[in-house]
Amino acid sequence: MSKQSVKAEKGTLKKVLAYLKPYGPLVVLSVLLSAVTVALTLYIPVLIGRAIDRIVGAGRVDFEAVGAYLLRIGIIAAVTGGVQWLVNSINNKITYQVIRDVRDQAFRRLQILPLSYMDTHPVGGIVSQVIADVDQFADGLLLGFTQLFTGVVTILGTLGFMVSIRPGIAAVVVLLTPLSFVVARFIATHTYSFFRQQSETRGEQTAFIDEMLGNQKVVKAFGREEKSIETFDEINGRLEKCSLKAIFYSSLTNPCTRFVNNVVYAGVALAGALVCVSTLGTAAPFTVGSLSMFLSYANQYTKPFNEISGVVTELQNALACAARVFRLIAEPPQIPDAEDARVLRDAAGQVDLQDVAFAYTPDRPLIEQLNLRVAPGQRIAIVGPTGCGKTTLINLLMRFYDVDRGAISVEGTDIRRITRKSLRGSYGMVLQETWLKSGTVRENLILGKPNATEEEIVAACKSAHAHSFIRRLPQGYDTVIGEDGGQLSQGQKQLLCIARIMLCLPPMLILDEATSSIDTRTEIRIQKAFNTMMQGRTTFIVAHRLSTIREADVILVMRDGHIVEQGNHRELLSRNGFYAQLYNSQFAA
Amino acid sequence: MKRLFAYLKDYRRESALGPLFKLLEAGFELIVPLVVAAIIDRGISAPEGPDKAYIVRMCLVLVALGLVGLVCSVTAQYFAAKASVGFAKKLRHALYSHIQRFSYRTLDQVGIPTLMTRMTSDMNQVQTGLNLALRLLLRSPFVVFGAMVMAFTIDAQAALWFAVAIPALSVVVFGIMLISIPLYKKVQGLLDRVLGATRENLTGVRVLRAFGKEESEIESFDQKNDALTAMQKYVGRISALLNPITYVMINLAIVMLLHTSALRVNTGDLTQGQVVALYNYMSQILVELIKLANLIINITKSVACGKRIQSVMDIPAGEAVTEGLPGGDETYRVEFRQAGIRFSEGADPSLSGVTFAVRPGETVGVIGGTGSGKSTLVNMIPRFYEATEGQVLVDGKDVRGWDPAELREKIGVVPQKAALFKGTIRDNLRWGNENAPDDDLMWAAATAQAADVVESKGGLDAMIEQGGRNLSGGQRQRLTIARALARRPEILILDDSSSALDFATDAALRRALRDLPDTPAVFIVSQRTSSIQHADRIVVLDDGRVAGIGKHAELLETCPVYREIYDSQFKKEAAGA
Repeated sequence: MSKQSVKAEKGTLKKVLAYLKPYGPLVVLSVLLSAVTVALTLYIPVLIGRAIDRIVGAGRVDFEAVGAYLLRIGIIAAVTGGVQWLVNSINNKITYQVIRDVRDQAFRRLQILPLSYMDTHPVGGIVSQVIADVDQFADGLLLGFTQLFTGVVTILGTLGFMVSIRPGIAAVVVLLTPLSFVVARFIATHTYSFFRQQSETRGEQTAFIDEMLGNQKVVKAFGREEKSIETFDEINGRLEKCSLKAIFYSSLTNPCTRFVNNVVYAGVALAGALVCVSTLGTAAPFTVGSLSMFLSYANQYTKPFNEISGVVTELQNALACAARVFRLIAEPPQIPDAEDARVLRDAAGQVDLQDVAFAYTPDRPLIEQLNLRVAPGQRIAIVGPTGCGKTTLINLLMRFYDVDRGAISVEGTDIRRITRKSLRGSYGMVLQETWLKSGTVRENLILGKPNATEEEIVAACKSAHAHSFIRRLPQGYDTVIGEDGGQLSQGQKQLLCIARIMLCLPPMLILDEATSSIDTRTEIRIQKAFNTMMQGRTTFIVAHRLSTIREADVILVMRDGHIVEQGNHRELLSRNGFYAQLYNSQFAA
Repeated sequence: MKRLFAYLKDYRRESALGPLFKLLEAGFELIVPLVVAAIIDRGISAPEGPDKAYIVRMCLVLVALGLVGLVCSVTAQYFAAKASVGFAKKLRHALYSHIQRFSYRTLDQVGIPTLMTRMTSDMNQVQTGLNLALRLLLRSPFVVFGAMVMAFTIDAQAALWFAVAIPALSVVVFGIMLISIPLYKKVQGLLDRVLGATRENLTGVRVLRAFGKEESEIESFDQKNDALTAMQKYVGRISALLNPITYVMINLAIVMLLHTSALRVNTGDLTQGQVVALYNYMSQILVELIKLANLIINITKSVACGKRIQSVMDIPAGEAVTEGLPGGDETYRVEFRQAGIRFSEGADPSLSGVTFAVRPGETVGVIGGTGSGKSTLVNMIPRFYEATEGQVLVDGKDVRGWDPAELREKIGVVPQKAALFKGTIRDNLRWGNENAPDDDLMWAAATAQAADVVESKGGLDAMIEQGGRNLSGGQRQRLTIARALARRPEILILDDSSSALDFATDAALRRALRDLPDTPAVFIVSQRTSSIQHADRIVVLDDGRVAGIGKHAELLETCPVYREIYDSQFKKEAAGA
């Protein structure tokens, strides 16, 4: 392992310890009790050995002593069991509390991370950090708690007992046991490359399956089934070969370490029996009972070694996972609202953009020198080919992103001096990508106005033409819809998003392709509702559809991040520029 | 499930030899305590005095037993690995080929994500399960009962405690597992809720922040997270019982065993060495029982996965060719005769009563609202969806009478979703025609208005990433059109495939399609009247029914639905212009 990764692991370990700190007393208790468990566990074979020593042969059984030992064994076993359960429960508690804390922290961080983070990191990746990585970390933590510590203590304890009774035989165990370690290591390092090959090939196969099955209809449409099976079989054949190697060689670990253990066992039997014979009749005889104790120790002693090597890899893996979560938690948050930030209330809708410049990456300038004055109640349409920067403008207005240069102000106040919550609350936004949360239809509708009355909800839905289809759903307004709408059609989802805004009616609106998935006939009906909604409200509309923007007060024609033309429909047409070209192409044929 | 084992047929030898060698190994392991007993009774406490040579010999026997055990178990591992990997390979091939023969309808019903999981994680779990089963399923019970049998051969009276301990331990081990497994499922369910909350928070980040929902999101996340933690702790407490209880039980069993043994030794029916052997056998039981329980969990999982795979294999696949269906006029390239489709029994038909015919070189526009059945209609031509009433004919022959491959070779489809594949642009375009020379491909690209795409990416050899990630939506769409054109189809179907194109490009594309050299019948599905108004015939669909068929001008007069669609898109602009 390189020095750097050791250092990184140490850093992660420190953070893990910081999370453990609130549970300090429990951790100490767990450690103490584990030590007790191990000691008692090791003491039982001693007692059993002594009992066996009192069962020598016909007529030579000391029933009184045997009975006393057996009673002690019973009591100690019961106590050990109780303590063991306590330890397990404490460890569970610590582990699950810690991971709850980590998840809480991660989620809280997600709420204050800038949107640029979400936009540049795939959702699946972040989710897997919060869920899978934390889970893996929990497993490692629990395993570390329960096995690593007790394993080490068992090894040390066994050694101590053995050395104290018969150092010579203990030496046999100590000298031979590392062999199993060496064997396991040898196999692990030599199978590693097979495993890597297997996971690479498996990854290749999964990617192929993903691509082909994901587009199975296209495969069928072009009659590529045979071809696709051919490629699949080729990968499948390679996977079989390297899987066989990986599985077979790695499955050698158990038999090999077991063999080493058997050798250790035989060694102890030999040494023990010979010592038995040579001390026969002396003052301090090595008895048959002691031999049986040593044999059971020999079994016990080698087991933690095998476990520990497994636990160590598991722990390393857990630390790597923890590091990923901690990295997420340490991501710099968005700039917090200024302390004296203004709370925007009942905005009239005056919006000014002065010399605004913005780029997602510094080397690719997107918006430059953007100037715009919007008077209260005006309707601003943004048009242009895909990728021209229309959505970016929304990002800036909502302050999902901060401008690089220049300023955007609402009611004369720079939006960076307004609380985010009140700024965003002043806009009603309907995005092209409809998003609904899993929950009932009603819960989705009242997102912006949690205390809305039934009448208000129904009225909003009626004006968004959503009421009639909602009523036809199995449980009406209380129908549970899954994440991303589930059984609703794209158009219905969009209607819900519109109704959601109709319900809270903020002073300004942002509509991004708001009606793209609704067929044009329904759209006309909604348009009417939209028109009422837009009455007296400053509105920004992004749309491909010229019919929805024709009535705008100002049309911004965007191309490659720049506003190339600005004016109303008539003016722009008469200018005969890019807008006219876009517009006429609809009639050209 | 049983039928899956058919794929194990070629590995019959391996599947028998694997467990067999494993049992041999276990058998050798069971001899060990007897050898130790012999060392004690005949080596150390022999009545005629200690025998050192005997002790050494017996210890060598122990090593030899270990060595033979090692050889047996390595052999077993090899056979088990070979059988399970080979089995998985065959099964994967079978399932993949089976899926390739699924119709669109089956694909819709089963769902692609389901098929993905069956092919990948379920398959891996089955392989692991089979491997473990071959290696261990027989071994653990064999050791447990073997230990008991050995104990009985030593002393029946003392061994009775084995007969008590084994069932009692089994009840505890399997009981705790039975109780905790459903609880673990609950934990998984709660974890899924936490996962769902996280995912939802991320996918809806814009909306949630727009509504200033950060605080309430944290609240509801905490709730779900706490519920998960509480459940995890509860299950943890129960499964934490397993080790302590079994530990106490096995020690009690040892206590009773020693007690009985003491009596038997005193009467001379048992030796000290045999007591040690009995004690050793008892210790072996617990480990094996726990191993067995874990194994059973693992195998149960694999069986569940296997069943899921089987259920996909059970879905009938393939398209039957039906001979003797009534034919039609061969001068029509495509003919719909009262064709309709009903996706499930009792449901309203998704499409019904479609009748029209198309000659080579003609262009048909299909228009209607979302969910009106436009896509379904064109997908009936290549028999992706089969008519449940009426007929669809190509070149005068019912599509169900065509060999599906032959039928589809005539047709170039541009699907709604513009999907491209990892590989060069050339590879992708050749999906349409495997042997097409570069000139033809470039012609197809130019016709599809994609020449500049090819050029800007650096020619036909340019790589396309998986899913066409390195292209914009419009670029992808134009390449998928080129792919269909490269086939020089007799029937070209564009299923709403110019939605990502701007108006100018869309118009240029339509002009190019009108002048195609092979006079294909062209079907254009669209929501825009501008895309189809110059078609030779326009089919207007409304809620799965034909609302009108005719030319643009006629429909404006006679079809109110068409008129409404047209007005919603054109009238105002016309007035404004």
